[in-house]
Amino acid sequence: MSPDIPDEYLQTFVIECRELLEQMEDALLIIERDPENPEIINAIFRAAHTIKGTAGLFGIDYMVEFTHVAESVLDRVRSREVMISSALSALFIEVHDHLGTLVNHVEEGTLPTEEVDARSKRLIAQLTQYLDTPITHEAVPSSDIAIVVKPKMNPVQGDVVKTDYWHISLRFGLEVFRNGMDPFSFVRYLSSIGQVVQLVTIIDAIPPADEMDPESCYLGFEISFNSDADKITIENIFNFVHDDCVIRILPPHSKISEYERLILELPEQEMRLGEMLVKCGSLTPTELERILRIQAEQADEEDAPLLIGDVLLQQKVVSPPVIEAALEKQKHIKETKKAEANLIRVDADKLDDLINLVGELIIAGAGINLIATREKMADLFQSTATLSRLVEEVRDSALALRMVQIGGTFNRFQRVVRDVSKELGKDVDLVITGAETELDKTVVEKIGDPLTHLVRNSMDHGIEPAEVRLARGKPVKGTLQLSAYHDAGSIVIEVSDDGGGLNKARILSKAIERGLVAEGANLTDKEIYNLIFEAGFSTADTVSNLSGRGVGMDVVRRNITALRGTVDLDSVEGQGSTVRIRLPLTLAIIDGFMVGVGNATYVMPLDIVVECIELKAWASNEGDEQYINLRGEVLPYRRLRDHFGIKGETVARENVVVIRYGEHKAGLVVDKLMGEFQTVIKSPGKLFESGKGIGGFTILGSGEVALILDVPGLMGLIEHERT
Amino acid sequence: MANEQQNNRIVIEGELTIYTVTELKDKFLGGLLTNDELELDLSEVSEIDGAGLQLLVMSKQSAIALKKTLLITGHSPVVAELLDLSGLSGFFGDPLLMAHQSKLEGKSL
Repeated sequence: MSPDIPDEYLQTFVIECRELLEQMEDALLIIERDPENPEIINAIFRAAHTIKGTAGLFGIDYMVEFTHVAESVLDRVRSREVMISSALSALFIEVHDHLGTLVNHVEEGTLPTEEVDARSKRLIAQLTQYLDTPITHEAVPSSDIAIVVKPKMNPVQGDVVKTDYWHISLRFGLEVFRNGMDPFSFVRYLSSIGQVVQLVTIIDAIPPADEMDPESCYLGFEISFNSDADKITIENIFNFVHDDCVIRILPPHSKISEYERLILELPEQEMRLGEMLVKCGSLTPTELERILRIQAEQADEEDAPLLIGDVLLQQKVVSPPVIEAALEKQKHIKETKKAEANLIRVDADKLDDLINLVGELIIAGAGINLIATREKMADLFQSTATLSRLVEEVRDSALALRMVQIGGTFNRFQRVVRDVSKELGKDVDLVITGAETELDKTVVEKIGDPLTHLVRNSMDHGIEPAEVRLARGKPVKGTLQLSAYHDAGSIVIEVSDDGGGLNKARILSKAIERGLVAEGANLTDKEIYNLIFEAGFSTADTVSNLSGRGVGMDVVRRNITALRGTVDLDSVEGQGSTVRIRLPLTLAIIDGFMVGVGNATYVMPLDIVVECIELKAWASNEGDEQYINLRGEVLPYRRLRDHFGIKGETVARENVVVIRYGEHKAGLVVDKLMGEFQTVIKSPGKLFESGKGIGGFTILGSGEVALILDVPGLMGLIEHERT
Repeated sequence: MANEQQNNRIVIEGELTIYTVTELKDKFLGGLLTNDELELDLSEVSEIDGAGLQLLVMSKQSAIALKKTLLITGHSPVVAELLDLSGLSGFFGDPLLMAHQSKLEGKSL
């Protein structure tokens, strides 16, 4: 029954819901370990509450209905009437997932299927159980908020009212209903932390029929309330309507002047309001009379209303800690609001456009630079130098816009690990390091799936069942580690476990059986381990729900290769294994190092260049032209001239560019060293995909094309030839 | 939600909430204009919220302003609960009290 909602709003709604659900999930996972944490409970409640509120705004009934029940239960958790148990948190994880499904329906604009409806009903039924449990008030400590203010004033006779109860005045804003809230839910909530002694519903503000908008809220309450809760707790209840409502909370034994001010401030006529206060039992008729008399006298003496400073002063006399706490809280809220306001949601496509433009700018700048050099125009040269420095900065900040921390992606695995460990009956801890490491958004988006595969694989095949772990003298709880760090212009992501490691013999026999390697082939340990990335390879004896269907690891490798990255695996039998993914920092622009071979120009990422040396100075004459002895280190090298089949005269002085990628080092022999060059990577297109060692191309300032070396690919070739 | 309407009797079925009040407002006022005595049957109300209650109050006030009678009958449990919570049952149940009060309070802001 969702009415026509403009797509863009719906889109925002869906995005916001997803974000809230993410927060909710994070909080739920924390709550499993720390069920007492009030902040986390609040976070879950807020997420549910906001989702319900916005869903109500859009008239998405099925969502409101479902979330409402969840919210009510959370409300009781918040007020400590219901304690978080593992069953309850598991239920809420289900609720969270179900909300995700509902959001999907909203996004597709479909109504929930029968199956989904049935699940809603089942979950609601389960949740309702928690609503029916009797209130266990006396067993619960009143509050654990840091500042506990016992609003017990020194009862100065004659100055304070007699009542032992709190007095709460509420006038709700017009938008309250439309924001998905019901004034009466506050009353119900109040009764959960105390006793509503008397309540008067204020209906005076309801306008005559023809002026009344039935969806606007005109209600107000005067409540006499008996509770041991402190002022902050009571104030917090109204946090959600704080902005558009008039809320006055008077502690027990407040000064009469406080009531006087209350009567002054509220919109109803003084007499009528006074009567209501009497009706509430907050004031005795004598007290009211006194207030009204004072007021009349004051009105005679001076027309000026109470100055706000006086008012504050008065209030300060009453209970400074309350005010301080309130101010502190306000400040805090303001700060969060400010931080939120500093963020802008930007369409990723716009960012891509910007990066593209910056790319063009770099190419154009290189063109000007070239002209300046050719024409030997010193002035122009100087300005292009400044220009290119600026362009470089623009490039860096444009790229930084796309950088996101990998932590968000990592945190999602808390859930994966939790679910999978439940499913497998293994107890596994997830340790995350380097969550603040930044990398390109596109890369982050695409790395999720391969990582999930790896994590599941590690838990399924890597970490042993508890009894095996005990027998091996390991802690019963397995550990899975996700870490990220920067290394030589790329980012490295590691998935490691402290499980059984890989079984070399089994992998090898399987590989031979599948015809992946010839029998009797002499392979290093590492090569054997990396066989599991070959297509159609799976050693699992049983196919489980999670992995072992033989489609895991080769897909992982394909995905990562598509990101110009590499993956490899280390393993120590009995101690665990580590999968290492190496990815380029960005997919669009790199700092390149340009070299020339014959007439052609090649570019490689500058970050991987270690040094440049002259070939003749290091190569021995008798060698097989495959290795040089670089300060005692054996360095394989290769002539790019041979590799790309370039004809023509060789030059007298050949240079070797020593590059390092991961733990491999190699030399590339070139004719000319041409220096640094900012490179905008253009994808090579289908035609060159099979090319050996070409990762893309770029356009030089002169309009010429330079090829970008695919270093991982080249390294692979060199390594391959060595064996 | 099919709300049956006989001449001077409106049966409200289902929700009496923010989602239905706009529609119901017209129905109630229409009923008041054409009848001297209007009965709202709330026995089939499955859900009521502040907006619903507020609409009932407004209808009652309109009836009083038009010097007509509005009766609310067959409170379903949710309606009874909310009336009890709000302390407004007296307002609906005793038209005399209302007439008295409205004289006293004058015009509200």
